[in-house]
Amino acid sequence: MHAFLDGIGYNGWILPVLLLFPLLGALVLVADARRFSTGTAVEAMGRSRSIALWVCLAEALLSLGLWWSVDVSSAAWQAAVTLPWIPQWGVRFAVGLDGIALMLVLLTTCLMPLAVLGSWTSIRERTHSFYALLLVLTTGMLGVFMALDLVLFYVMWEVMLIPMYLIIGIWGGQRRLYASVKFFLYTMVGSLLMLVAIIWIGMVVRRVTGAPDFSYDTALQLARLGPIPGAFWAFLAFALAFAVKVPMWPFHTWLPDAHVEAPTAGSVILAAIMLKMGTFGFVRFAVPLFPEIAMAPAVRSVFLALAVIGIVYGALVALVQPDFKKLVAYSSVSHLGFVMLGIFAMTVEAMQGALMVTISHGISTGALFLLIGMIYERRHTRLLADYGGLASVMPLFAVALTIVALSSIGVPGTNGFVGEFLVLIGSFPTQPWYAVVAATSVIIAAAYLLWAVQRILYNPLTNPENQALRGRDLNWRELGLLAPLLLAIVWLGVYPKPVLQKTEAAASRLVQQVESARMSQQRAQTGGGAR
Amino acid sequence: MHTDLSASGHPLSDTVAALAWLILLLPLLGFVANGLLSLTAAAHPGPADPSADHGHGDASHGHAHTIGHAADHDDAHHAGRHPAAKWVSLIGPGVLAVAFGFALVTFLAMRGAGEAIHAPYVLTLFDWIPTGALQIPVALQLDQLSMVMVLIITGIGTLIHLFSVGYMQDDPGYPRYFAYLNLFVFFMLLLVLGASYPLMFIGWEGVGLCSYLLIGFWFSEEANANAGKKAFIVNRIGDFGFLVAMFLLFANLGSLSYTGVAAGAAGLEMGGALVTTICLFLFLGATGKSAQIPLYVWLPDAMAGPTPVSALIHAATMVTAGVYMIARSATLFSLAPAAQLTVAVVGALTAVFAATIGLKQWDIKKVLAYSTVSQLGYMFVGVGVGAYTAGVFHLMTHAFFKALLFLGSGSVIYAMHQAYHATHAHADAQDMRNMGGLRRYMPITSSLMWIATLAIAGIPPFSGFFSKDEILAAVFARTHHSTLAEATWLGIPGSVVLYGVYALGLAAALMTAVYMTRMMLYTFHGPNRTGPAEQGHLREAPWIMTGPLVVLGVLSAVGGFLNLPALFGGGMSEILHHWLEPVVGEGTLRVTLGEAAHLSHATEYALIGTAVAIAVIGIAVAWTRLKPAALVPVSESPAEQGLARTLLNKWYVDEAYDRVVVQPTLGVSRTVLWKGLDTGIIDGLFVNGAGFLARGLGWLGSQLQTGRVGTYAWVLVLGAVAVLAGFSFR
Repeated sequence: MHAFLDGIGYNGWILPVLLLFPLLGALVLVADARRFSTGTAVEAMGRSRSIALWVCLAEALLSLGLWWSVDVSSAAWQAAVTLPWIPQWGVRFAVGLDGIALMLVLLTTCLMPLAVLGSWTSIRERTHSFYALLLVLTTGMLGVFMALDLVLFYVMWEVMLIPMYLIIGIWGGQRRLYASVKFFLYTMVGSLLMLVAIIWIGMVVRRVTGAPDFSYDTALQLARLGPIPGAFWAFLAFALAFAVKVPMWPFHTWLPDAHVEAPTAGSVILAAIMLKMGTFGFVRFAVPLFPEIAMAPAVRSVFLALAVIGIVYGALVALVQPDFKKLVAYSSVSHLGFVMLGIFAMTVEAMQGALMVTISHGISTGALFLLIGMIYERRHTRLLADYGGLASVMPLFAVALTIVALSSIGVPGTNGFVGEFLVLIGSFPTQPWYAVVAATSVIIAAAYLLWAVQRILYNPLTNPENQALRGRDLNWRELGLLAPLLLAIVWLGVYPKPVLQKTEAAASRLVQQVESARMSQQRAQTGGGAR
Repeated sequence: MHTDLSASGHPLSDTVAALAWLILLLPLLGFVANGLLSLTAAAHPGPADPSADHGHGDASHGHAHTIGHAADHDDAHHAGRHPAAKWVSLIGPGVLAVAFGFALVTFLAMRGAGEAIHAPYVLTLFDWIPTGALQIPVALQLDQLSMVMVLIITGIGTLIHLFSVGYMQDDPGYPRYFAYLNLFVFFMLLLVLGASYPLMFIGWEGVGLCSYLLIGFWFSEEANANAGKKAFIVNRIGDFGFLVAMFLLFANLGSLSYTGVAAGAAGLEMGGALVTTICLFLFLGATGKSAQIPLYVWLPDAMAGPTPVSALIHAATMVTAGVYMIARSATLFSLAPAAQLTVAVVGALTAVFAATIGLKQWDIKKVLAYSTVSQLGYMFVGVGVGAYTAGVFHLMTHAFFKALLFLGSGSVIYAMHQAYHATHAHADAQDMRNMGGLRRYMPITSSLMWIATLAIAGIPPFSGFFSKDEILAAVFARTHHSTLAEATWLGIPGSVVLYGVYALGLAAALMTAVYMTRMMLYTFHGPNRTGPAEQGHLREAPWIMTGPLVVLGVLSAVGGFLNLPALFGGGMSEILHHWLEPVVGEGTLRVTLGEAAHLSHATEYALIGTAVAIAVIGIAVAWTRLKPAALVPVSESPAEQGLARTLLNKWYVDEAYDRVVVQPTLGVSRTVLWKGLDTGIIDGLFVNGAGFLARGLGWLGSQLQTGRVGTYAWVLVLGAVAVLAGFSFR
């Protein structure tokens, strides 16, 4: 495999191709919409979704080579490509991967075909536009994970924001306007602050080096010399932008609304990938660029506290949700709290756990939203009270929902356990109390998910509309799109080693880097005190 | 599968024990096969477009789905045999029987190795979670303790699987039932064979999951689904404790494997805060899984599952996992006398408390459920005072006689249900007030259950007598010259605590004899109250069900000989004690200050005399004071009053938990957190409070939603140009 990939120069072109290919797909869709504007809506649906599916499948296939071609142990950026973009401002088109970004890129490319399949019959209007936006969104998300230039990162961040805003606003549910504007506002406020911080970093770099430069590596080197001027405010701006995206408590209230109103594909992508931009932002930018600030006891404890509040609060509020999608949305707040706890605990085990939760949550919550979409298409309701007894009429659906729920509860043997366990056991040595409080959520998580499962699958089958679901169990398309997710749930639960190995080097580098910055600052402070 | 080279020097490494993973693999394969059979028969993939209009499900799809059953809450149901039933009957018990055979061979290999085995045989299969300083391989540990557990699990498991073939074969969910049951055995074996706490935890949660699935097996009734959910959630409270214990072990000893922890424990301070905390958190885990105060509440509700499940999971195996866990952690617990006394006190209190409730239950399975909680309390008294062998011994004999009692009650319920089915009556087939005089119709079941009753009551020479006596003797012996006697517990001297535990143990023994005699009396003796029409249909169950009962009857009768006291064992005494010595011997010796616990023969005879006298009194009191002839069927029975009513309602503990924990949690989450904080303050005040901006952008947003792709494209382009321009022209 390695020889073949080297032979075709894979690492030299793959990242730009992965970014361009979905955009080309989107252009094809736009052109196709023009040419076949006379066709019926059903014909348009058929054409557009197949184009989107093939593009996403090809994209996924193309990206798989990265599993082998990326040398995760290397400290250098992998598959890196740098092209000039706006030279007078030191802005480059610079992309590259480490083990962490690799896993997120693969998560994105592998989930997109499933998101398209999940929209297969539920999106019926303006399908060409829908799928074109989905493809633009893909480029934006991949760009965020790949970008090694601060300005490129910002552009990609915005590129993914707008299509999602439109997807919720146009193809969403009843209160889509409110939800989409809320989503847009929340994220926009955060990202504008981030833009200011990025420009500030650029100005500091120019003052130090004399040349304009927005590259990530330069900023990182600068950070190694000690905190830059205004580091606290710059960190705060980054942290706020990312905290909104994660979302950390109390910046989370856009999420339940966005999830409930978004179409299935929107919810899947939002939960599985877009929230991870926030945590990725902390791992790639906010923490390593400002380690002294992020690890300052006061700042660190604020983030740890918010993470743990999010874990418990999200779980408790999920417990009382009547709407299944809202329940899953609040459960995301809880799960993402684990990621934040793992990041700010700053041990290799906890960091690895945070990355594992990132991937697991993408798989499990993505699957949950797909499953909700499947019954929503049949019953046009998301209220738990409207269901009951489905296990006797839809046994395949019942098996799938049970496995996914168990993974979300974090039962050992599923992916959900590995990440949460690592976060908790990794945080405990440095942050015992936060870890213990966070661990109580294992109880609440079991309660809210099993209660939801009971209200959907079990109890008497009394509602005639549920009885009418007999013979309408999951079809082959739905089984096919769930199968890889279910396999991943078990595989990552039983044998997570390959994934842990991919991220191990990057995680321990980050921990070392942050710890040494913290140490040197402590030395500087105590040294200064002695003098 | 590759094995770890480090194990190659072990005396077992060239024997059949190197294939121990096969014992695990067999039930797992059974689960996969039965699961697939269940799904292929049930699966009818739906139409390509689920939201397209459709007719109502046509009748041809309905054949295998009539899981809903009659509203009476007994649990033998007959709604049509599953098409794959034959294969399932072969695979389900088959994998267990082969696994048991394999366990026997391994056991013989272990015995053949003789005195040589002092270190556990650890078989490393593959890496599970390797990252940073945390290295958790999937490794199995074969030693004398796990071997005993494996034999119990696969042996009793095979018998219960066979019984299930008769009991469940007409249930439409037959393959699903065996899939769950096989999966349960897999996780249970993993629980006892895992070589580290995380591996035990996988099994621990896995058996909990199967328990959940099997309690709610007839999920179309809300009560059953509730019971399953309750079991899982209450167990998770315990699991939280287990997790914290693991965090403490990793943070302080740097290891989670049994061998690593044992090595690290050498550096722990005797009676120190750290080891005490670790043990107390482990015990919190045990109170969940093994249904002890305060987390016992799920087990009686768990009787909603099929009766063979109650026998296997909720009596013989899973609920004893906590006892196993403490025996496995003997090294740690023996360092923490305060934690040990806590275990013993909680065990003793649970034994008495559950026995009081058992005195007044009418549902035959509920009597046995509370009896199980009570007997588990006994086991905890045993392992609590550092008599690990005694605890494991009672675990074993209890597995024999309680499995027999549950399966016997299953036969009774089966007969009752068949009778009601034949006459189309809808009465409760589990309420003892509807039974009576059944020994005339089911003489074999009746005699076998009497053996088990005498065993649990503690009448010599039946198995339960020896194990219960050993526990009580151990408690008594440790009141002097032991770490426990010298410790204090909540300011009370340890010896005083132990006398109290001993007294509670006797009280529980008395009540055990009473409620068991009561159950037998009301079920099998006196006049029959089932109904004149039904009497013609009451008969013994088929041999596939009665056969396993006979085997269990023999084991219940003679199982005590596996660990006869030295007092009258001669050369045959203390077999189990010697067997387990390499695993728990050191821990026990630490508790008894380095010398084997010693009681004078006179004291021992006195203790035995007291225990037997109490058991006889209990049986005699129940036999003479209770009048089965005075009972009337449920439909004509008056409501209970006074204390009887409080006992029937289980001291209202469930109600108290609901008021104090469940409702406040839900209420606070709903009104304070969700409606108050989330939608009220954060959204209402901050988000919508920034209203002008929001409204302005909202208007902009609505303008954007014209639905014309052209517009969107222009907005995107303009935005991009603006960004670029901003940078280029500054």
